[in-house]
Amino acid sequence: MDPNQAAIHPELTEPEVLKDAEAKVFYATQWQLMWWKFRKHKAAMAALVIVVMMYLGAFFAPMIAPYRADERHRGYVYVPPQKIRFYDEQGFSLRPFVYPLRQEIDMETMQRHFIEDPTTRVPIHFFVRGSSYKLLGLFPADIHLFGAEDGKVFLFGTDDLGRDMFSRILFGGQISMSIGLVGVFLSLFLGLLFGGISGYYGGAVDNVIQRVIEVLRSFPTIPLWMALSAALPPDLSPIGVYMGITIILSLIGWTALGRQVRGKVLAIKNEDFVIAARLSGTSEPRIILSHLIPSFMSHIIASLTLAIPSMILAETSLSFLGIGLRPPVVSWGVMLQKAQNVHALMMAPWLLIPGIFVILYVLAFNFLGDGLRDAADPYGN
Amino acid sequence: MLSMPDDCILQVTDLKKHFPIEAGFFRRKKIGAVRAVDGVSFSVETGRTLGLVGESGCGKTTTARAILRALDPTSGSVLFRTREGIVDMVKLKGPALKGARADMQMVFQDPYSSLNPRLPIMDIIAEPLKAHGYPKKEREERVKELLSLVGLRPEYARRYPHSFSGGQRQRIGVARALALRPALIVADEPVSALDVSVQAQVLNLLLDLQDRLGLSFVFIGHDLSVVRYLCDTVAVMYLGKIVELAAVDALYEEPRHPYTSTLLSAVPDADPHAPWRRDIVKGEVTGDEREIVGCSFEPRCPYAQEICRNQTPELSSGTVQDSTHLAACHFAGALDLEGVS
Amino acid sequence: MKKMAPDSILDVRDLTVKFFLDEGTVHAVNGVSFSVPAGRSVGIVGESGCGKTVSAYSITRLLPKTARISGEILFRERGGDITNITELEPDGGDMRRIRGKEISMIFQEPMSSLSPVHKISNQLSEAIIQFQGLTKRQARARVIELLQLVGIPQAERRVDDYPFQLSGGMRQRAMIAMALARNPRVLIADEPTTALDVTLQAQVLNLIRDMQDEFKLSLILITHDLGVVAHMVDYVSIMYLGMVVESGPVIEIFDNPKHPYTRGLMHSIPKLRGRRGERVEPIPGFVPSAYALQEGCPFCERCPMREERCTKGIPQRVQVGSEHYVCCHVYQPGEGEPDVVNA
Repeated sequence: MDPNQAAIHPELTEPEVLKDAEAKVFYATQWQLMWWKFRKHKAAMAALVIVVMMYLGAFFAPMIAPYRADERHRGYVYVPPQKIRFYDEQGFSLRPFVYPLRQEIDMETMQRHFIEDPTTRVPIHFFVRGSSYKLLGLFPADIHLFGAEDGKVFLFGTDDLGRDMFSRILFGGQISMSIGLVGVFLSLFLGLLFGGISGYYGGAVDNVIQRVIEVLRSFPTIPLWMALSAALPPDLSPIGVYMGITIILSLIGWTALGRQVRGKVLAIKNEDFVIAARLSGTSEPRIILSHLIPSFMSHIIASLTLAIPSMILAETSLSFLGIGLRPPVVSWGVMLQKAQNVHALMMAPWLLIPGIFVILYVLAFNFLGDGLRDAADPYGN
Repeated sequence: MLSMPDDCILQVTDLKKHFPIEAGFFRRKKIGAVRAVDGVSFSVETGRTLGLVGESGCGKTTTARAILRALDPTSGSVLFRTREGIVDMVKLKGPALKGARADMQMVFQDPYSSLNPRLPIMDIIAEPLKAHGYPKKEREERVKELLSLVGLRPEYARRYPHSFSGGQRQRIGVARALALRPALIVADEPVSALDVSVQAQVLNLLLDLQDRLGLSFVFIGHDLSVVRYLCDTVAVMYLGKIVELAAVDALYEEPRHPYTSTLLSAVPDADPHAPWRRDIVKGEVTGDEREIVGCSFEPRCPYAQEICRNQTPELSSGTVQDSTHLAACHFAGALDLEGVS
Repeated sequence: MKKMAPDSILDVRDLTVKFFLDEGTVHAVNGVSFSVPAGRSVGIVGESGCGKTVSAYSITRLLPKTARISGEILFRERGGDITNITELEPDGGDMRRIRGKEISMIFQEPMSSLSPVHKISNQLSEAIIQFQGLTKRQARARVIELLQLVGIPQAERRVDDYPFQLSGGMRQRAMIAMALARNPRVLIADEPTTALDVTLQAQVLNLIRDMQDEFKLSLILITHDLGVVAHMVDYVSIMYLGMVVESGPVIEIFDNPKHPYTRGLMHSIPKLRGRRGERVEPIPGFVPSAYALQEGCPFCERCPMREERCTKGIPQRVQVGSEHYVCCHVYQPGEGEPDVVNA
């Protein structure tokens, strides 16, 4: 520093002492600050753990599931969830086991049901060989996390065709939990595009886009979905239907996001720091990239998280009504279709277990979204 | 070819900014206009500070932004002496405007909203340099130089705005404004959001920078004490018009417009022995969309006459032969107005 | 029974307020004492975060739930009894009676005490009916009288307006009328003119002074503006980081400031008159955060007169003139430099 400088600002010549905590905060980026704030939100942290576990489960479904999704087990129709035991009259066993099942016919009601045979144990083994699959779609493998080598194990029971519910829930999660994500990203794209244009340019464009949003939002959603999915060609492949459904969901779902983006853009485009950037000669695309988008991205991510549950609920409702995904595709909604009939429900209430997963997923995302929303602006206060 | 006096850096002539008021659902029709700035003329001498004072809504901030073309004026001209010659800011477009703005930068009022909290100080101060194509190495050196110029440690460059107090943030704002070595700084109430004890730090910084770099300032303020401390020439604005324009001491000691005198007498000076006329001012600023016939201060003026209602007074030296002290009052120089010593 | 000085209406003694937040404990007010003589005015001056507003809100017990308050706030009731406000329940009957009826507040933002969805007449007459048991018609007449008193022109018509229909200055006046509706004895004004332009500020301050005479009010004025304080109050307390660093009669404080912070403040503001061409002298550094409780004098980091002892203990309050007190190690007695005290 030149001596002239030191004379004007004498305090600069003294060394500065910083506490570690201060130093950490001073150099923290937006995302670090947000993470520190998010971490304090206990419910959101728990939700994060649950969400991560659910996605891991879906991701490694072929390995975790003991059976394939469409594998039928003859003679095992409507098996109730089996209890995993460590202890019985014969004593304690470190290796968990189940009892084998025997089918009986109740002579009064003439209904078939399963009873456990406590005389033999069917031990559960870990990392057993079973049906082959490709891990991550690349590596051929036949190792499954667990399985009963000398019998069957159905954690959540079986359905009317004798398929393992536990395996199907894992595979169904792959579809159900990704349809929400893909749908939300499509909505994000549309919302950013139209909301951004609307807020940034204003005037007549803004007017038109806002009126379109109002019209879209005023349709009752279920009839609209039904009409749109009826418009999907009937000979579409299951994957085609899946893509079609996501597009339908996001075509309606982007409007809320679009409004939010518009609001944020309107607020930020007149902030002094944006005017300063403009005055210093920064080009408009650069202003959008380096000032506008980073300023509202955290808020948008928080609202995206809150939008995911509505996507999965929409998929579930559509599939439940039979106008969404159809078998042989497995999704939670498709699985719940089996629980439509009261008779089946009375006989096999475990057909509702996919519903529990939908609820868990929706709740987890709501808590997660709450936490993110609170953390989205780490500079307030 | 544009021309202006040799000792001037900025000459604003008849600057107007009207915001239209629209009504109607589908076809928006203009039903009137807010005359935020209504024919303002002044000039700034090179190396000097011009103060624009007035109460909220008088149009001082709009004037500042129109000079920089942060908004487009309705009419008028803003002649500005750049490194390349004299330009009219109002007519510039694209690269020419970008070039002229390199010589004219702004310091904002709010030290919080004027710095993007998501960027480190380095990126904030280097933004103008980046926009004008300076290479990275040069940018980084210049930022460190600028930080020490405004009295901050160069090693602060990697920190984020949230680690700084209001006064330090304002210094960062000043550093950004100086990045391109401008000749003129438009400062919009740069100290009014700061704590009393740090206001003086920024005021003195501005004075030091003016001495060392030969900067010219347009200083927007509402605090008359601060304006007196910093400015060489002062223009008092009322409802979009300049009502008095003079050298600072002349304006404070012998005001010629009743509004100036009213303002001065209403300020409680930080001295219990100083006179304070808390009962002198009547009424409030009456904003009106219609074009005002007559003097806009007339409804509140204790000296108002018939002529004040019918005829709009122009800025003039009035009865006194002194072309440096102008007032827009029919009785300029003829009234016995109170100033401050 | 508690004792207080015979002429004072409000005595704040060793007031401490802490906020327990997730981020840590904020020591907002650390042992503040001042007293308000009946019918006089006291200014509390300081910069943002010095605890002046928290001190004032403690008097009306309007602090958020995270606040812990200790010390004494003695209030002399109309009958002469003395009530310790810190011992009352913040939402109890006694506190509600004192708030509004005895001690009233006005704010920087008038809309914080006026409801936007009710007419002025309804808001004010509600307060009056509760307090004086008048009929609706009588109350309305009283409201109009009040509005005239605070200088609202055409009060008979304005009384049926909603607050948003009033101009900024009129809203300030309506808020003051609201605060005075129940005939309080103490008025706390929290930065009443900070958001106002200089001409409106003069009008509102003028009104507050007139109302003080009219209602025989004792006034507590909270502000950061030394100019307002210089002209509006009889006594001043200068606060810094939760402590009163200097207090005394206003003329004495301005003519003969003792504390380095007070002196720094006086020298750091440009003046409208006099001292032309002289540079203002800023106080170096900035106000530290109130999270960490200081070990020594709260001002020592920025103090030009700092000595070794300043970083050790918190200085005691020392009398340096008639009614003039200062908290600074330089003026501590028994240091062998009593001359400094009278200098």
